[in-house]
Amino acid sequence: MNEYKAVNRPVRKKDAMALVTGKPVYCDDIAPKDCLIIKLLRSPHPHALIEAIDTSIAEKVPGIEAIFTYKDVPNNRFTMAGQTYPEASPYDRLILERRLRYVGDPVAIVAGENEKAVDKALKLIKVKYEILEPILDFTKAKDNAILIHPEDNWASLCPVGADNKRNLCAHEESENGDLEKAFSKCDVIVEQTYHTQANQQAMMETFRAYATMDVYSRLTIVSSTQITFHVRRIVATALGIPKTDIRVIKPRIGGGFGAKQTAIMEVYPAFVTYKTGKNSKLVFTREESQTASSPRHEMEIKLKIGATNDGIIRALDMYTLSNTGAYGEHGPTTVGLTGHKALALYSRAEAYRFVYDVVYSNVMSAGAYRGYGATQGMFAVESAVDELAHKLDMDPTKLREINITKEGDVMPAYYGETANSCALDRCLDKVKKMIDWDNKYPAKDMGNGKIRSVGLALAIQGSCISNLDVGSVALKVNDDGFYSLMIGASDMGTGCDTILAQMAADCMCCDVDNIVVQGVDTDSSPYDSGSYASSTTYITGMAVVKTCASLTEKIKKYGALLMGWDANDVDFNGKEVYKISSDEKISLKDIANSSMCNSTNALYASEGHASPVSPPPFMAGAVELEVDKETGKIELIDYKAVVDCGTVINPNLARVQTEGGIGQGIGMALYEDINYNDKGVTRSNSFMQYKIPTRQDICPVEVEFEPSYEPTGPFGAKSIGEIVINTPPPAIANAVENAVGVRIRELPITSEKIFRGINNED
Amino acid sequence: MEIKLWINDKLITDNVEPDMPMLEFLRDKGCLSVKRGCETSNCGLCTVWLEGKPVLSCTMPLMRANKKHITTLEGLRKEAAEFGAFLADEGADQCGYCNPGFIMNVLALERDIEDPTDEDIKEYLSGNLCRCTGYTGQFRAVKKYLAHKRSVKADE
Amino acid sequence: MLRCNDYIFAESLEEAYKLNQKKNNVIVGGNGWLKLRKRQWGTVIDLSGLGLDKIDENDEEFRIGAMVCLSDLENHKGLDKYTCGAVKDSLKHIVGTQFRNTVTVGGSIYGRFGFSDVLSIFMAMDSYVELYKGGIVVMSEFAKMPYDRDILVNIIIKKKPLKIGYSSFRNQSTDFPVVTCAVAIGEGRIATVVGARPSKADIRTDSAEALEDINDYAIKTAKSFDYQSNMRASAEYREHIAKVLIKRTVERIINN
Repeated sequence: MNEYKAVNRPVRKKDAMALVTGKPVYCDDIAPKDCLIIKLLRSPHPHALIEAIDTSIAEKVPGIEAIFTYKDVPNNRFTMAGQTYPEASPYDRLILERRLRYVGDPVAIVAGENEKAVDKALKLIKVKYEILEPILDFTKAKDNAILIHPEDNWASLCPVGADNKRNLCAHEESENGDLEKAFSKCDVIVEQTYHTQANQQAMMETFRAYATMDVYSRLTIVSSTQITFHVRRIVATALGIPKTDIRVIKPRIGGGFGAKQTAIMEVYPAFVTYKTGKNSKLVFTREESQTASSPRHEMEIKLKIGATNDGIIRALDMYTLSNTGAYGEHGPTTVGLTGHKALALYSRAEAYRFVYDVVYSNVMSAGAYRGYGATQGMFAVESAVDELAHKLDMDPTKLREINITKEGDVMPAYYGETANSCALDRCLDKVKKMIDWDNKYPAKDMGNGKIRSVGLALAIQGSCISNLDVGSVALKVNDDGFYSLMIGASDMGTGCDTILAQMAADCMCCDVDNIVVQGVDTDSSPYDSGSYASSTTYITGMAVVKTCASLTEKIKKYGALLMGWDANDVDFNGKEVYKISSDEKISLKDIANSSMCNSTNALYASEGHASPVSPPPFMAGAVELEVDKETGKIELIDYKAVVDCGTVINPNLARVQTEGGIGQGIGMALYEDINYNDKGVTRSNSFMQYKIPTRQDICPVEVEFEPSYEPTGPFGAKSIGEIVINTPPPAIANAVENAVGVRIRELPITSEKIFRGINNED
Repeated sequence: MEIKLWINDKLITDNVEPDMPMLEFLRDKGCLSVKRGCETSNCGLCTVWLEGKPVLSCTMPLMRANKKHITTLEGLRKEAAEFGAFLADEGADQCGYCNPGFIMNVLALERDIEDPTDEDIKEYLSGNLCRCTGYTGQFRAVKKYLAHKRSVKADE
Repeated sequence: MLRCNDYIFAESLEEAYKLNQKKNNVIVGGNGWLKLRKRQWGTVIDLSGLGLDKIDENDEEFRIGAMVCLSDLENHKGLDKYTCGAVKDSLKHIVGTQFRNTVTVGGSIYGRFGFSDVLSIFMAMDSYVELYKGGIVVMSEFAKMPYDRDILVNIIIKKKPLKIGYSSFRNQSTDFPVVTCAVAIGEGRIATVVGARPSKADIRTDSAEALEDINDYAIKTAKSFDYQSNMRASAEYREHIAKVLIKRTVERIINN
């Protein structure tokens, strides 16, 4: 039975009714009407130098306020990656630059009174390009004679193995155990190469921000971002101005999924307003969001995995090549998850090795997308484990049962952390029952040209960046005893404001309605590294628990002071402070109101939290599908998922996270693919050419939870936001092999690839 | 160009550029629930009703609404809140950005098809993209809402 | 976004025709495609005041006004009955309800787009376009005509004792098709249209005897078209899918 009043309950999101009635709460809804409209002139070439640029005619267009080129911007390199300083991502950008590194790289910033004037001016800017040979194939980038970042002031602030003279954004090697010896014992080895494509997060609200100058002559940026505090630092670095001069505000945002963990475009309105003193805004078109943004890193993963005939996995060896594109945002960090997370599913193996390279190329810069490298690694590992099972002539779920990480196991690949909370075995067991695995595996001929099969995959993620992420909140008592919870984490629609209020409500023994929350403002919100790395529930949630404990002490002390009681003889039950040794009490209402009259006691607390560990959530996903033997077409029949995210703080929101992540994973598995032509131009430049699933493409999805209790998490909670995207690509690939014996190692799993496989082409 | 039309039953006359898109016109007139998610008529976020029929305000030429009635979510507060509560109770409002266009089309579905099948629902709403929910929670909300409306109707 | 200096509701076809003779002017259907053209137009000509938004049905034919929106076509009971649901099958995957409420059949047919489901289904039937100056032209001929400055006024479908079927193959439910296939059987003949190859739909007509071996018919007919590769599928795969769709559509018609 649930011991909590708010936690583990399906509380409605605090902003829900505003959202469903269409209230104007997003960036462009609240932007001042007099904003200058900003647009960017973009490079038509994947690799070029600006030889000459003439804006004189364009500037004469009536209504044009300013046009900026590389000649006008500071020479301060920076990264747009939303990461804790010093960032792992290299400082390899300028606001505008002579060298252009992908089709879409900004050439000029145009600001004017209206869109028509700006459009006209864009056409009148004369640019002469020196066209350079590009690197469009990332497998040829390392040590290529063509250098994408030859500049002298390129800088890597962290020891990530980067070298701009080798087109290398990061490199690392790690291993544990005697790999050679472990492989020598193996009876069966699978060694394959897996390829995962770049995907767009495709949140419904495109990138956007506006800037104004406030009454104190400070630059205020209102941005649709996941990284409110990092935006302040990024803009200050790019513009070369003090951080004191910048304030960043996050209103409601229309989805992020990691895309808005990079400050893709905030520097442009910031620069325009800084230069002109006028309000300005930049709203990316969908085309810009599709072609000049921060998609998932394309990766090629070579994986060798070996087992003995008894089904014991002995060794895993992974090499990942990751394509960071034109710039290095999140390049050095996403890649680590391919091995450090995915290999940790099978921590009982005697030895592992994990090596990676991250390379620059002349396509759009990659970034953070839900799953953050783990998704790519999981596709390789969970595909290879099925291949291994087939070679061993074993049911793949049996092979997993033998080898998966269990509670209490040390996970060498996962930085040697111990799985203190792990219900992966129960997740696997439950999902098998839900999909009726034992009766359905591997497949059934439906007699109508279709084969129906099942496929399964496991997943792991983290709950924060250990020893790095910081979450803090502040809580204060207001008139009559209601609370304001001030949060620095950026709710991007997932409901973290509500979840944190639920935790605070249980800590303060009150109703969730008694706690009010606000969006993020760097001037007034307590510091939070941001909403990414699945960290908000785990890290910021713990900050809530600590802050509430601290405020409770203050309330108790002040109540005792008011009543003249011994502070050690009182307790607080949410409504009143009472004396333990008698039945005397004073209400919170009286305490709160007294604190506002001739009082020197601020009933206010703020605590921060960081964690030395990042406890992984675990998950099992299983798909049932049909393959049309004649066309290779897949029809999804059912998807079942069981998640161990520790204590489920809000079952409704956790369920929707899971369903939504599976939906995105299905898109990635089946058709989403950022496609370039041989000139380096993205064909996937709209929702017409880059198809995300519609509701007709999603089969019924059933989600269950199999909670463990994480001792270091708030109320025993871990994370859920990212792990949920990881199972569909390998589960579907595995089901396809179970259906028609075709193994697809290159995403997306299209009908055509399956058809070719069935007919032994390629 | 002169244009005269009703937005949420309020008569508006204005002088507009001949190529003013309906979507931007509506936002200018304070209907900020109307959102743009793409330029290619694919997302459904900008759905409004023209003479009671759901259309894409990013696509439908504004001048074609001359002397006609446009309805946006601002004109359907009560209905939006009623269905929206079902959405909220599934946690399927999420980021909310697709909600106005989606809700406009759910309310149109309710008027257009009596007792829709699951397939009818999915097909009718397939032009409304959502990236947060994976549609499953939205589907539960639609089903529960329609069942609720049927039971209310039966009680009357 | 549609950009123009003027927007005129034509009061007659003659007025529309005259305006449309200027190269910088254009007729807008549902604006689904026009607004994607990155071009500044002079005058945009709107035909919606000319009563072309109706479908008339009599014993001989359907007469469909150019400004009829796709959903009116989809929901027309007479057409649905005449085509055994094939018109509906051809339209229901096109983006979504609101899109089909917005865009017009005239725009779809006039564009003669390679991916067009609409052109594919019409071409299989005994259908014609009525041009303001050019008169009545068989659909398959119209598809081959160069773009000119005439006006598409109506689409006519002659009622014939045909059995009609439609299939398409898509990578995602509302995406452009990889291949479209419309088949009409009757009066001793079979007409098969294959579109989205990705070039535009074309038709093959044979005597009904060709159907003695359906598989053979499907292979031969599929082979008679040309196919190209693009990011949705390769030419070889398209040909294979065309074969499968022809076979399945014919079988569905015959078994109905």
